[in-house]
Amino acid sequence: MNLVLRLAWRNLWRQPRRTWLTTGAMVFSNTLLVFMISLQFGMYGLMINNTLQAYTGHLQIQAPGYIDDQKMRQTVADILPLAERLRAEFPEQSIAARATGFALVSSADRSYGVAVVGVEPGYESRVSTLPGLVSSGRFLEDNDAAEIVIGAALARILRVDVGDELTLLGSGKDGSFAAAVVIIAGIFDSGLPDFDRSFTEIPLGLFDDVFYMNGSGHHVVINNGGISGVADLKTRVEATVPPGEELVVHDWDALQPGLQQTIKADISSAFFMYGILVILVAFSVLNTQLMSVLERTHEFGIVMSLGLTPGRLGRLVLLETAIMGFMGLVLGAILGGLVTWWLSFNGFAYPGMEEMASRFNLPARFYPEVTLISLLSGPVVVFLFTLLAALYPALRLHKLHPVEAMRAV
Amino acid sequence: MHMLAVLSRLAWRNLWRNHRRTLIMLLAIILGTWAMIFMTALMRGMVSQMVADGISSLPGHVQVHHPDFRDDPSVANLINVPDSEIAERFNAANFRQWASRVRVPAVITSEYDSRGVTLVGVDPALEDGLTFVDYREVEGRFLESADDKGVVIGRKLADILNTEVGKRIVLMSQDPDNEIADRGFRVVGLFTASVKAFEEQFVFAGKTTTQNMLRIGDQVSEIAVLGDDYRDVEAEFQKTLELINDGVTVQRWTEVDRFLGTMLGVMDGFVLVWIVVIFLALSFGLVNTLVMAVFERVREIGLMLALGMRPKDILGQIILESLLLLAIGLALGSALAWATVQPIRDGIDLSMVSEGMEMMGVSSVLVPELLLSDVVLANVVVLILGFFASLSPAWRAAQYEPIEAITKV
Repeated sequence: MNLVLRLAWRNLWRQPRRTWLTTGAMVFSNTLLVFMISLQFGMYGLMINNTLQAYTGHLQIQAPGYIDDQKMRQTVADILPLAERLRAEFPEQSIAARATGFALVSSADRSYGVAVVGVEPGYESRVSTLPGLVSSGRFLEDNDAAEIVIGAALARILRVDVGDELTLLGSGKDGSFAAAVVIIAGIFDSGLPDFDRSFTEIPLGLFDDVFYMNGSGHHVVINNGGISGVADLKTRVEATVPPGEELVVHDWDALQPGLQQTIKADISSAFFMYGILVILVAFSVLNTQLMSVLERTHEFGIVMSLGLTPGRLGRLVLLETAIMGFMGLVLGAILGGLVTWWLSFNGFAYPGMEEMASRFNLPARFYPEVTLISLLSGPVVVFLFTLLAALYPALRLHKLHPVEAMRAV
Repeated sequence: MHMLAVLSRLAWRNLWRNHRRTLIMLLAIILGTWAMIFMTALMRGMVSQMVADGISSLPGHVQVHHPDFRDDPSVANLINVPDSEIAERFNAANFRQWASRVRVPAVITSEYDSRGVTLVGVDPALEDGLTFVDYREVEGRFLESADDKGVVIGRKLADILNTEVGKRIVLMSQDPDNEIADRGFRVVGLFTASVKAFEEQFVFAGKTTTQNMLRIGDQVSEIAVLGDDYRDVEAEFQKTLELINDGVTVQRWTEVDRFLGTMLGVMDGFVLVWIVVIFLALSFGLVNTLVMAVFERVREIGLMLALGMRPKDILGQIILESLLLLAIGLALGSALAWATVQPIRDGIDLSMVSEGMEMMGVSSVLVPELLLSDVVLANVVVLILGFFASLSPAWRAAQYEPIEAITKV
């Protein structure tokens, strides 16, 4: 072992309790950081995916202005041929066309105002999780059949079941009266009563007839599978479908602005907390190293009079800190990694989390994942701040006069 | 008593023997305390706002509904007591404020578009200050009486429907016999709401007018009672139960919206966890400082013991030293937190992330809420935990053998 390294190592263990306490502060913060960061970023990923895959998708092609007003008349003309063209152009993506409207649905006993969405039965299940949530009956199959899929809560309100007849009353694209009689093909249960009460789907062909759409629709949704590469995909889609008077392409950030912002707001408050933790650890290190330098004034005076420069002594102090910081980093990452790893099997829950989670499309029990980034980013920052904190005691050495220092007790 | 005075003076002087170490530790404690209290104030402010906005969307701290209204909020589930009798009972009960409303799903149609909305039939005299609509901010006018023939809709909804004050719209719902109940209204006012989604969701009409349109005579769907403090609505809840309990469900707002209800509890838990985490991060440094302070003074402590000072006085002196340090840090940290909250007392503008905040149910101005109870909690928790943390070094000091200690170099 190199001499300076050995010196630094031995110096550390002259006061083992102090060294362990300082390392302990680092281990504590690092463990917490690894756990929190894993949890946090895992949750963001889930939140984004669950929200986008439920219905929105990663890209949508719409008429300009539709994103703000969602008026019935802001349509994309000839939407089915457009979807076909995109499917031919981007065979690896899941693409489907939709049209949306509002209608009063009535059973024999009851009526209720709901959103009605026209979907392509063959493609919808690739861009939305809703078809998979159908718990009784089946999802739509035929593009022109007079069928509807409704939520469980709505079925209870209307007192209907699969196979029963419903009447739709609304207004068509041109403002004229729209009406249809449809059979319930399936009932879905998303676990969100408000959504189950107010959302229904019918085949796009039927929608076109009932709401006088003349082949137009409201958006083509593209599901990219994940959020990486969406920007690139958007450029390619825009090359195929040039944006202009008729069409625009929106990415998920524009479609669900709340999502990105929720995450940003959460990140900023989390980073504030992490920052405080890191600074507190830095103070702890500063205190320890300053003490250890002051204690050794006498000793430092001797070695300096023997010819050691303050710079080398400073490097020694920094090296001691680095060793301590490195122990904190390794132990903290291991401990934090273990805690997170254990939770990745057993799940993490917090009282009251269930209600909060469902609000953000998250499961009630969360299984964090250990990644290299979540494992190392926190501890590395702590390590850097530790070194920064040791700078002051290390630089103080330059002010030391060998003779005076030797006289110090 | 005299002993305590001597010990305190000793502790105080000892603290400043190594002023650099004490100052660094003090800085860490101040920063930690500031972070505890400041962060808590921000989080509290956010939750209060979330709750306040949430309550305002379903105004009333205590609510009375038909037992099935929650699952099926429609005209089928009305309160079985006539409104005139409700008014008689509730007016006699001296509530701060109360109101009864008709609340049904409806479809609103202009000549351009239609939307599903919640139609609320209100008596404007009862609702002033209870609903989220500020009467004075309404463009045009708010409803003037329960049999006002006009309708007040949100600005956003007006944009979507291409309508404005003075134009006519049609509201369509159903009566208890499942016949379509519809009526033309003139838009008399446009309201704005801090939560933009409300502007799309709620439509206000006169209570009597709505009752006539729905052919429900003198019945209502909801009674809302406002208490003085949303955190404690038990008195209002009990009083409401006495007034009406037959064939209805009486709920506190915490039960009406479980997400909001659990938020307050989750927040209390979070505040405590945050305080303890910060303390733990601090405690390593604190114990370290004490260990060092004891270590430096071994000889002196041995001398004191040899001169007849009792071990428990040594114990007391070290603990006093630690508590003094904590108390100064806590006082300064609390003061600093108070001082930093002052300039942002009126709120921080978060409009950058407003849509994310809206997803959480918060409007975009964050008003910090510095609660005395949180400040007290932080101080007490730190002092108590600090006491326990300093026990070990203090105990060690008290256990020294005088002879050994004096001879130690």
